Amino acid sequence: MYSATEVIRETAPADGSMGELVINVGPQHPATHGVLHLVITLNGETIRKVEPHLGYIHRSIEKMCESLSYRQFIYVTSRMDYLSSHINNLGCALTVEKGMQIEVPSRAKVIRVLMAELTRIASHELWLGAMAMDLGAFTPFFYAFREREMINEVMEDTCGARLTMNYIVPGGVMYDLHPEFQQKVKAFVRQFKEKVVEYDDLVTNNVIFRNRMEGVGVLSKEDAVSYGCTGPVARGSGLSCDIRKLFPYEVYDQVEFDEVLETGCDSFARYMVRVREMNQSIRIIEQLIDNIPEGDFQAKTKAVLKLPKGEFYSRVETARGEFGVYIVSEGGTTPYRIKFRSPGFSNLSALEHMVKGSKIGDLMATMGTLDLVIPDIDR
Amino acid sequence: MELTAQQQGQEEFPGEIHQLPGGGIVVSSFNDIINWARSNSLWPLTFATSCCGIEMMAVASSKYDFSRFGFEVARATPRQADVIIIAGTIVNKMGPVLKRLYDQMADPKYVIAMGACAISGGPFFYNTYSVVKGADHIIPVDVYIPGCPPRPEALLHALLTLQEKIKSGMTREQIRKESKEG
Amino acid sequence: MSNEEIKEFFTQLQPTAVFDETGEWLNISIEHTAWKTVAQQLRTSRFVFDYLFCLTCIDWKTHLTMVYHLSSTVYRHTIVIKANLDRADPVIDTVSDIWQTANFHERETFELFGVQFTGHPDLRRLILTDDFEGFPLRKDFEDPVNMIKL
Repeated sequence: MYSATEVIRETAPADGSMGELVINVGPQHPATHGVLHLVITLNGETIRKVEPHLGYIHRSIEKMCESLSYRQFIYVTSRMDYLSSHINNLGCALTVEKGMQIEVPSRAKVIRVLMAELTRIASHELWLGAMAMDLGAFTPFFYAFREREMINEVMEDTCGARLTMNYIVPGGVMYDLHPEFQQKVKAFVRQFKEKVVEYDDLVTNNVIFRNRMEGVGVLSKEDAVSYGCTGPVARGSGLSCDIRKLFPYEVYDQVEFDEVLETGCDSFARYMVRVREMNQSIRIIEQLIDNIPEGDFQAKTKAVLKLPKGEFYSRVETARGEFGVYIVSEGGTTPYRIKFRSPGFSNLSALEHMVKGSKIGDLMATMGTLDLVIPDIDR
Repeated sequence: MELTAQQQGQEEFPGEIHQLPGGGIVVSSFNDIINWARSNSLWPLTFATSCCGIEMMAVASSKYDFSRFGFEVARATPRQADVIIIAGTIVNKMGPVLKRLYDQMADPKYVIAMGACAISGGPFFYNTYSVVKGADHIIPVDVYIPGCPPRPEALLHALLTLQEKIKSGMTREQIRKESKEG
Repeated sequence: MSNEEIKEFFTQLQPTAVFDETGEWLNISIEHTAWKTVAQQLRTSRFVFDYLFCLTCIDWKTHLTMVYHLSSTVYRHTIVIKANLDRADPVIDTVSDIWQTANFHERETFELFGVQFTGHPDLRRLILTDDFEGFPLRKDFEDPVNMIKL
């Protein structure tokens, strides 16, 4: 185990060849998107071995949830993958509703899907900005945040908070939509369609960017299946795994959108998957924004929820992949055991396989396209 | 305690400027001038462990720009940073790392605890075995910002409060130095 | 590929398996000593169970239960495999050579519950501190220093 005091250790083999250098990347590092500690064994600048050390943000969430009621544990999942907080909440709410057989009104379903798609776009925008910043380009960061701020304003009007919104509850949503919601979302969609052309010119067609991303971090389809990869990481290798298409929930079976698959298997393919997913999300929003049905925004539920004895599993598609909530209940007001199947945990285990033999610059490019959020991995 | 106008940092330049033919004369005390200069150019360290880090990045971007207050460049290395903004939960495994970063920062250094987790453990206070209930168990903190996560305007208010605190000579650093000398 | 075909396949492979279809998916309980052969057969059989998407453990106070959620990327069906373990000495075979994703998942289960995985290439701590004592997710875990009870 490498403690915080061992920074560099050099091993020189007896035959006079170049030794191997062991260095730390993180836990405090601008490119690791959180507190990820990688211990890298290098031979010159070529990577021999990458070992992720996790646990620097392990907040013992699964243990804590065993003492929280079914309405309370949802706020904690907002803080796990904080960039897709609505979608995490949706996963928990679906599991509780499955256990208690609650029927959600259609207005609430459409509102939930709209919020989920807006969150997906916001998450991909931040990913774009942060990844470009890792590779050295500072401008896309500010452009991406400009769009993200528009979404945050919409969220703030309706949900009350910008980042960790506690809006989706078992039974529906907490409050009705703000009266200006439709108008602001339409304004955002108009602006986004103009600006996505800017991203293409600035980032996608940039020669340096293409050279750094093409052929880097290759993950074949069989490896993606074996490592349990999910989300855009797996779709960039041609594996079809979009939960919204395979096991549709809410109103995803009634809207038209494509599942974006690329066969490149490298970092550039994963990048294109995410950019195209943003466009597909805009398509879903355009279909739903004018057709929000009237009705209740929340089903009538008891104040204290009690799940019957048994096991329940629900999965949703967050911006990073498949998020699963597995609740084992003994019939009480608090769960007996909760397991959160986070997408980043499996995606990270494929990192070593992807970067073995490449250079450190390629490691940063690959980690950027994996889109890791470390609190999601450590829970 | 009531602060005078000077301690509240409402004066533009601490001291008197006399414009005389052939040059000018500035009458002030060195401490005041140094505090004024330091407070207007604090460079933060990028230390974001969890969700509050995103609000810190939002403050750094163009809508709530913090470089207009002097926090121009966010350095990644603690050797070149003046203020560490602890944005996010600190857990038992991260504690020694935080202490090490704080020790590596050069004097004078200031600390802002952002968000409920850094103040007192926040939503992870009860029934967790691995969360440090407050960053001030590890390093001394100057400014606390409540919120989960705090709004970007709250972070800007905290940065301005830190600037006023430095100008009035009331941060822990300055009090410690005064009590050593005096 | 229906549940009936899977049940038939299983009874041929493992006559002592117990089926439970009350939940959403087919739950199969097997002996923990037979897990490795069952896993290899599932991976290479005509059902193509190549995607392990959840690996966890539950602590019933008298024994532990390992839970594996398997699915197929070809036929899109899902099954749940459970194996009971002895609480005093929980040992089970590793499946990280069959599904690579189990590598990290088994390390996490080892440090949180204390389950030993025989044949794992690198079984050590993943997310807890080095000097942590005890197995936190077990029901009898007490930590008066850190845990503040509500």
